[in-house]
Amino acid sequence: MILKGKAWIFGDSISTDHIAPGRYFHLRTNLPELARHVLEDANPDFAAQMQPGDFVVAGRNFGLGSSREHAPRIIKLAGVNAVLAQSFARIFFRNSINVGLPVLELDTSSISQGDELEVDLEAGTVRNVTRDITVAFQPLPPVMVKILGDGGIVEHFRKYGDFNLE
Amino acid sequence: MASTLAEKIIGAHVGRDVKSGEIVVTPVDVAALQDGTGPLALTQLEELGLIRAHNPEKTVLFIDHAAPSPRKELSNAHMSLRKFAAGTGAVLSEIDEGVCHQRLVESFASPGDILIGADSHSCTSGALGAFATGMGSTDVGIGIATGKTWLKVPATLRVTMSGEFPPGVYAKDLMLHLIGLIGADGATYMAIEFTGPLAQAMSMPERFTLCNMAVEAGAKTGLFAADETTRKYLEQQGRGGDYRELAADEGAQYERTVEIDAQALEPTVSAPHTVDNTMTAAAAAGTKVNQVYIGTCTNGRIEDLRIAAEVLRGRRRHPDTRLIVTPASRSVYLKAAEEGLLTVFVEAGATVTGPGCGACVGVHGGILGDGEICIATQNRNFQGRMGNAEAFIWLASPATAAASALAGEIVDPREYLS
Ligand code: SF4
Repeated sequence: MILKGKAWIFGDSISTDHIAPGRYFHLRTNLPELARHVLEDANPDFAAQMQPGDFVVAGRNFGLGSSREHAPRIIKLAGVNAVLAQSFARIFFRNSINVGLPVLELDTSSISQGDELEVDLEAGTVRNVTRDITVAFQPLPPVMVKILGDGGIVEHFRKYGDFNLE
Repeated sequence: MASTLAEKIIGAHVGRDVKSGEIVVTPVDVAALQDGTGPLALTQLEELGLIRAHNPEKTVLFIDHAAPSPRKELSNAHMSLRKFAAGTGAVLSEIDEGVCHQRLVESFASPGDILIGADSHSCTSGALGAFATGMGSTDVGIGIATGKTWLKVPATLRVTMSGEFPPGVYAKDLMLHLIGLIGADGATYMAIEFTGPLAQAMSMPERFTLCNMAVEAGAKTGLFAADETTRKYLEQQGRGGDYRELAADEGAQYERTVEIDAQALEPTVSAPHTVDNTMTAAAAAGTKVNQVYIGTCTNGRIEDLRIAAEVLRGRRRHPDTRLIVTPASRSVYLKAAEEGLLTVFVEAGATVTGPGCGACVGVHGGILGDGEICIATQNRNFQGRMGNAEAFIWLASPATAAASALAGEIVDPREYLS
């Protein structure tokens, strides 16, 4: 499957507090409303201006901080196709796969704000159409491919009635 | 085969030797949710038709992040946790009982356990020799319902600690220093094992502070061997029977070893907005402070409050600086009352709150204004953490935080300690 959209650039160390700020704690049981504030503390214009299908493109250690699964959920709910980063924090990475949000580790340094990207999940490549550069992303660990392929951990569980990962 | 602590604990659960990198499905001993992550976990279980707790006595739902509730949406969220507990027999930790991680070490986690919590600082319980890690709502929800989870056995970063703390330098300073050294992603996907003569000499509260912040270096958990100190702590908690000795094997394989000599450390702070942005308190001295916050699962224990009280006794906060003190749990609160510490704080001009997460997560009880600066004993200083993205958070030990409340600016606490 080829995902197409524009790049939104974020820096290093984008935390779960940037993504789903604590001041909206009361909206955690209202995800569509919380999604209107997604990444607000990193870029206040993002939620209003992004188009469904766009990509979040970031530097190192994306998603560090809390275990709040709401963070990848609202990124997905906002319509973001995938998050591309130099590296991810552990809990965010696992949560993203669980909720079916592709998180791709690659050298993002050649991507600029607004670049048109085409992500080929099967081939493992990100083509920067604007700059005519193709970068490969790190293949996901097999266990993650399995969960993502099943549509997230809830779907995995529904399918097998148990974990089927070893 | 020589095993690290992480390999040993996981291996004992799956009934065979495991090595870092392996994927295992393992039984879970303790599973925890809190009021921020719990409601979503319960929605997911509803979706799966799995409204049940496999092991209700060791399934704990904490109402701590927004306790008491400041808004009706959160009150409704609390109701869903109470309902699940009532329906399944799971344990409910109510608004008077305190922060999940402090409650978990006091009453639930034991050496050799696998503990999963829908809160990133679940690694705190690793100080007892438990493999304790934070996960998302759905993962923990499934763990609650089935008694199982999947894990990748982590590689281990060993931190070998020696020397003694100089006066005015504490476990918190060491941990901030370590994170500054290896970076906020220095231990990503790894377990951190704390070893060496200083690790053996450390008290349980010091161990809790270190393990609490393991996730701030990206780690999956922080671990100490379970030893005599652990045994005594559990006995004090009335849980002597939960003790078992646990140590890594001689010759276990470590990904990397970092050595720290406590003697060389100074009071350390993390500057906004990342935990690894560390410097000495002396280097930050003179930074004006609007609010000082002493509490949280990192440094809201009785030992921390005693240190703060030692600095604050008979003195008064700077007129331009607010001081908030939040005991981590009910038992800490009671002890602080018994020892007269609450009086010391109130006389020093502090607002003492009930136990809980309080101001730490920016929900209520100390939200910062635009451009304001806070120095806090918590574990993270991310932008927006205390409820305002226009504010600035510094992290420090209870001594440094308390001394800064007196000075109205960040100071090296050593001049305030007798
Ligand atoms: S005290 Fe702060 S860091 Fe600890 S559990 Fe509560 S919100 Fe999280």
